[in-house]
Amino acid sequence: MEPFTTHTGVGVPLRRSNVDTDQIIPAVYLKRVTRTGFEDGLFAAWRGDEQFILNQEPYRAGSVLVAGPDFGTGSSREHAVWALLNYGFRVVLSARFADIFRGNAGKQGLVAAQCEQSDIELLWKILEAEPGTEVTVDLIEKTVRAKDFTAPFFVDDYTRRRLLEGLDDIALTLRHEAAVTEFEQARPKWKPVTTPL
Amino acid sequence: MVRAMAKTLAEKVWDQHVVRRGDGAEPDLLYIDLHLIHEVTSPQAFDGLRLAGRPVRRPDLTIATEDHNVPTTGIDLPIADPVSRKQVETLRRNCAEFGVRLHPMGDVEQGIVHVVGPQLGLTQPGMTVVCGDSHTSTHGAFGALAFGIGTSEVEHVLATQTLSLRPFKTMAITVNGELRHGVTAKDVILAVIARIGTGGGQGYVLEYRGSAIEALSMEARMTVCNMSIEAGARAGMIAPDDTTFEYLKGRPHAPDGADWDAAVAAWRELRTDDDAVFDEEVVIDADSLVPFVTWGTNPGQGLPLTASVPDPADIADENERIAAEKALTYMGLAPGTPLRDIHVDTVFLGSCTNGRIEDLRAAAAVIRGHHVADNVRMLVVPGSMRVRAQAESEGLDKVFLAAGAEWRQAGCSMCLGMNPDQLAPGERSASTSNRNFEGRQGKGGRTHLVSPLVAAATAVRGTLSTPDDLN
Ligand code: SF4
Repeated sequence: MEPFTTHTGVGVPLRRSNVDTDQIIPAVYLKRVTRTGFEDGLFAAWRGDEQFILNQEPYRAGSVLVAGPDFGTGSSREHAVWALLNYGFRVVLSARFADIFRGNAGKQGLVAAQCEQSDIELLWKILEAEPGTEVTVDLIEKTVRAKDFTAPFFVDDYTRRRLLEGLDDIALTLRHEAAVTEFEQARPKWKPVTTPL
Repeated sequence: MVRAMAKTLAEKVWDQHVVRRGDGAEPDLLYIDLHLIHEVTSPQAFDGLRLAGRPVRRPDLTIATEDHNVPTTGIDLPIADPVSRKQVETLRRNCAEFGVRLHPMGDVEQGIVHVVGPQLGLTQPGMTVVCGDSHTSTHGAFGALAFGIGTSEVEHVLATQTLSLRPFKTMAITVNGELRHGVTAKDVILAVIARIGTGGGQGYVLEYRGSAIEALSMEARMTVCNMSIEAGARAGMIAPDDTTFEYLKGRPHAPDGADWDAAVAAWRELRTDDDAVFDEEVVIDADSLVPFVTWGTNPGQGLPLTASVPDPADIADENERIAAEKALTYMGLAPGTPLRDIHVDTVFLGSCTNGRIEDLRAAAAVIRGHHVADNVRMLVVPGSMRVRAQAESEGLDKVFLAAGAEWRQAGCSMCLGMNPDQLAPGERSASTSNRNFEGRQGKGGRTHLVSPLVAAATAVRGTLSTPDDLN
C-alpha cells in the first residue's frame, strides 16, 4: 500500500445518496480471479448513460469522488473498493459511509473521508460550476480544499496512521515478524505439516 | 481482556496461540496452525501477494483442494463452464507458483476441504484452523479452534501465518441423555439451531458437551460442529477424548511414536475447567430429540418430521412471521400440511455435513433391498475420493446403484450447485447438506435439510420419511 499524505486531483460530484456496493460494482463483475481490472465494472449500470458524470470530460479523469450520504452500503464485497482504486480514485468524500465499506477502504488504501453534508453541497457547486476543478485532500491536516474553499474531514486515528505510513494489515503484522518467528520456534515439534510425507 | 484462572476449551486454545497480546485498541495476533484453501476464495488473495511481492510464509502449513466447482461426472474431461474452469486453473497456477500442496481433481486425496483435512490427520486437537469458507467450523470436532475467514484474511494468513482477532464469546451447548434409535447428529444440530436461532450464536464459539455428545463418533461430531455457522457462531468445538485419539491414530499426518504420547498428553489438557464460566449456556435433553427436517428457507426453520408445516399466523414475533410467510411462498407449501406428505423430486446425499463414510453406510443400510421411488432422482456424492474408494471397497456403490441412485465423484456438488449438479426452478429436494437458502441448490430450487437416514428413506418413498416408515 502506498503512503498517503496529500493528494490533488480532479473532483467528481456524484449527486446521489445511498450508493450501495451493488451500484459501485454489480455482481456479474465479481467472477474475476485477480484484484485488478475492476475499473470496467465501476458504476457499470450508470455508465451506459451518456449523461453519467464519469462519461463527461473532464470528470472522466477524476480521482476524488464527492458523493452523497450513506456511501458503500449493502453487500460486503471488497471488490467495490478495488473497482474505485482500479479506476483511479484515491479518495471518496461523503457525509456517511457504511461500516464495512469504510473498513475495506482503509485496508486497501482508499481514503474514505467523512465531511459535513453542507460542505459536500458546497463542493458539488464548485465542481459543477467549473468542471475539472482540482481538489486537494490533506490527510495530515485532515482538510479538503478546492479553490478558496476549505473544510475539515474525519478519519479515525488508527486508519489515518496506517494510511499515512502506507501500512496495510499485512505490513502492520509483518512489523511483529520477530515475535511470529519466536512463537514458531516454541511450537511443539509434533504439530503437523502439510508437505508430502 | 483479563481472564479468570479457570478457562473454557476455546479460551485455552486461543491463549496457546497468542503471538502478541493486543492492548485493547489493537486486537490479539493469533498464530494459525493450518490453512486450508480452495479455488473460490483464494484467487484474489494470491493476486494480492503477487502485487505486493510477498511469499507464502508457511507453505508447509497450507494445503489446497479443488471442491466447489468440480463436476462429479466425467472428471477426466475439461470443466465445461468457463468460469469454473478458470477458478480451478487459477488455483493450480497459484499453488505451483507459491509452493502449496494441492489435491486436484482425479487425485486420490481430492475432496471437500473439510473432509480432506480430518481424513489426512491434519486436523488435530488444540490447533487453530482457518479456511476461506464458513464451514471450517467442522474441524472443531477435534477440539480445534476452527473458523471461516474472508479473502483479505486469507491473504493475511498466507503472508504472515497469523490473524489479528478479538476473542470470541463462549457458549456451552450441553446435550444430556441418550439419542433415541434413528436420531442422528444432524437431527441434534438442526434442533439446536431451531432452538437458538440462526443469529443466536453470533460472536460466540459454541462448545458442545454432555453425555449425548460424548457418545458420538468423530464423524458425527463433525456433522454437529459443521453447522455451528448456521446458528451464526464463529466456531463450534468438542473437547477431545479417546474417541478423538482413536480416530487420529495412524492417520498419515498424525504424530507417531514418542511424538504421539507427547501429543496425547497435551491433548488431554484440552477440556473446559470445571469452574470455568461460559458467557451463555443452553441445555438440551437428548431423549426428547426426534428426526428433524427444515420446512423453510433458513436452517433454523426446522421441525420434527412428525409435525406439520407451521401456520405463520401462529407466530407471535412479527419479523419471524413475515419470514415464515415468505419462506412458505418460496417453498410452495401450505400451512398445516403434514411434513410427511411432502413429495420430493431429488435426494442429495453428500456435502461436508454428511458426505463421510459413516453417512454413506447409514444411508446404504436403509436403502439396501429397496428402490428409489418413481420420478425421484438420488445423487450420492462422496465427500472425498478416499470416502468414495472406501465405500466401493465395502460394496456401498453397488447398493446405491442397485437401488437406482447415481454414484458420483467427490466434491461439493449440489450443496451449492456451482458445478452442473443443480435443482431446476421449482424442484424440491431432501438434502443432507447444510443450507436451505433460496436458490442455494439451483435457482428456484426448494431444499429440505435432512439426515442421511431420512434422505435414504425419503428416496424410497418419494415423500419425507424416516427408515421406520419403510417397514
Ligand atoms: S460441501 Fe457445501 S458447505 Fe461444504 S464446503 Fe462445499 S459448498 Fe461449502
